[in-house]
Amino acid sequence: MVLVALHGGAAVITEVESRSRVLGRLRLTDAVFRNLTRAAALAVLAILGGVIVALAIGAWPTLQTFGLNFLVEERWNPVTERFGAIAPIYGTIVTSFIAMFIAVPVGLMIAMFLTELCPIKLRRPIGIAIELLAGIPSIIYGIWGLFVFAPFLQQHVQPALISAFGEIPILSTLFAGPPYGIGILTAGLILAIMVLPFITSISRDVFEAVPPMLKESAYGLGCTTWEVVRHVVLPYARVGVLGGIMLGLGRALGETMAVTFVIGNAHRISGSLLAPGTTISATIANEFTEAVGDLYTSSLIALGLILFVITFIVLAIARYMLMRIERRIG
Amino acid sequence: MIPKSGHRFSETDHAREKRMDRLYAARRRRNLITMMLSVAATLFGLGWLVLILGALLYEGFSGLSLKVFTEMTPPPGADGGLLNPIIGSLLLTGLAVLIGTPLGILAGTYMAEYGRHDRLASVVRFVNDILLSAPSIVVGLFIYEILVAPMGHFSGWAGAVALAVIVVPVVVRTTEDMLMLVPDTLREAAASIGLPRALMITRIAYRAAKAGMITGVLLAIARISGETAPLLFTALNNQFGSFNLNAPMASLPVVIFQFSLSPYADWQRLAWTGALIITFTVLALSIGARALAASGKQS
Repeated sequence: MVLVALHGGAAVITEVESRSRVLGRLRLTDAVFRNLTRAAALAVLAILGGVIVALAIGAWPTLQTFGLNFLVEERWNPVTERFGAIAPIYGTIVTSFIAMFIAVPVGLMIAMFLTELCPIKLRRPIGIAIELLAGIPSIIYGIWGLFVFAPFLQQHVQPALISAFGEIPILSTLFAGPPYGIGILTAGLILAIMVLPFITSISRDVFEAVPPMLKESAYGLGCTTWEVVRHVVLPYARVGVLGGIMLGLGRALGETMAVTFVIGNAHRISGSLLAPGTTISATIANEFTEAVGDLYTSSLIALGLILFVITFIVLAIARYMLMRIERRIG
Repeated sequence: MIPKSGHRFSETDHAREKRMDRLYAARRRRNLITMMLSVAATLFGLGWLVLILGALLYEGFSGLSLKVFTEMTPPPGADGGLLNPIIGSLLLTGLAVLIGTPLGILAGTYMAEYGRHDRLASVVRFVNDILLSAPSIVVGLFIYEILVAPMGHFSGWAGAVALAVIVVPVVVRTTEDMLMLVPDTLREAAASIGLPRALMITRIAYRAAKAGMITGVLLAIARISGETAPLLFTALNNQFGSFNLNAPMASLPVVIFQFSLSPYADWQRLAWTGALIITFTVLALSIGARALAASGKQS
């Protein structure tokens, strides 16, 4: 009896001991896992910080040599080592503007079609098909743009543009010159196709989030579909649509390969949209591996820094707007 | 007087009716026009997909043969295939996923499980969303600065790390989203039987969110298998069948870039074939990811 009790006690004690050991181990793995995930989250921040610091260090010699003049100088001459960023900045902004000019109305129209007109059965397949455009790698747009799209523009579209706008004052400068096929306009058009799916899918999502009650009330008053979209859906979804547009703009500004193929890589600012030009990303892609000399390399990295800062601001605004609409939807 | 005014009234009524009819007609016309425009816009958008895929099939399909997968890239004018860039791409992509996925899953776990309401998580979420759409060429420059320049040469490792930097935000985003969809009752049930949090996450939350997390990895693979810009000055290219990660390494996108811009017809044909392979791989991956996500939602 006593013996049994003693034995029982020992068993309890060892059980308590092993129990506390197991619990201790669990507590340790718990803490390790928690800190591991926390470190990974911090690593995401470190990547962003690392990008900014690395680019700033790489760009430092250029900023030291040219100062802010780098931003407004047009010359880009590796032989005399005079570098200025205005031509690529101009090309980046103009090509992105052309892209948005086309992709925003078309994207909104598609979103309207998908949410208001399209038979429900077709909504998913058409939506996915449009989103697949975003899945096609940018180099594919490049090779297609160079071999298929640019020759087509050169033979059929650009001559028509030149003769159609030849007499109209401002437009004649915009569409002046020989039809090269490649150039600012071609790059802008390809960018438009590439950002279209981003604008479409975000607009569709925010259109779908408009409370049906609001839309039905407007329909009940006798509004046409267009009036419902124009006066109910768009005002309600405004912030989200703007967020989607900014997101698309961020993509267009940073897009590299597709543009590199069709922009023509010419470091000058031309009044004509048909002329070859360059963008920040295309300049880096074309010249970085061939850059000799520290100043040349550093100037290209400085271009990268400018691109990163511009896209960072645009994307931050986009995220801020999308966060606002998400909060409202709940 | 009275009949006259009555007559006048009925006339204005009539005019008003006509005016309203015109207004209705105009509104309906405007509606019809915008609706037609929206159908046209959709056809326009779908048209590009058809045009691009059509051109790829037309230009690339004729070059597709067994040789493409068994022979190395040729010098200009000779016959050859795309074996070394295909293997290079597989190696780089595989390594990038191996490096990027654990980091992304852990960071996503922190945001969804531990830091739901803390400041760090919301800052990381914001930064991650920006990294998600940051220009990939900038990632290439970054890796060049921190790996290629100090090592003194281009290398497969640098290419893999550059791609991993692109994988991380995609995986973080999907992991967080998918873990958020796991019902809290599951977590509470696990806690109520005394399961420590780490075990609850790895044994229960991960299992519940598995399909979604795999979708994220597939999407990340789809994203990086066509990436060219970050490889241009990290992995560079290699004409020889070298699979040494310490040396420059060929990859399909970079070879397409180089071959398509070359003046040689056979190189250009190989570039089209490579483009066809990449595009259909990427599209298959993203459709597969969608199907997986859809099946996960249903179950």
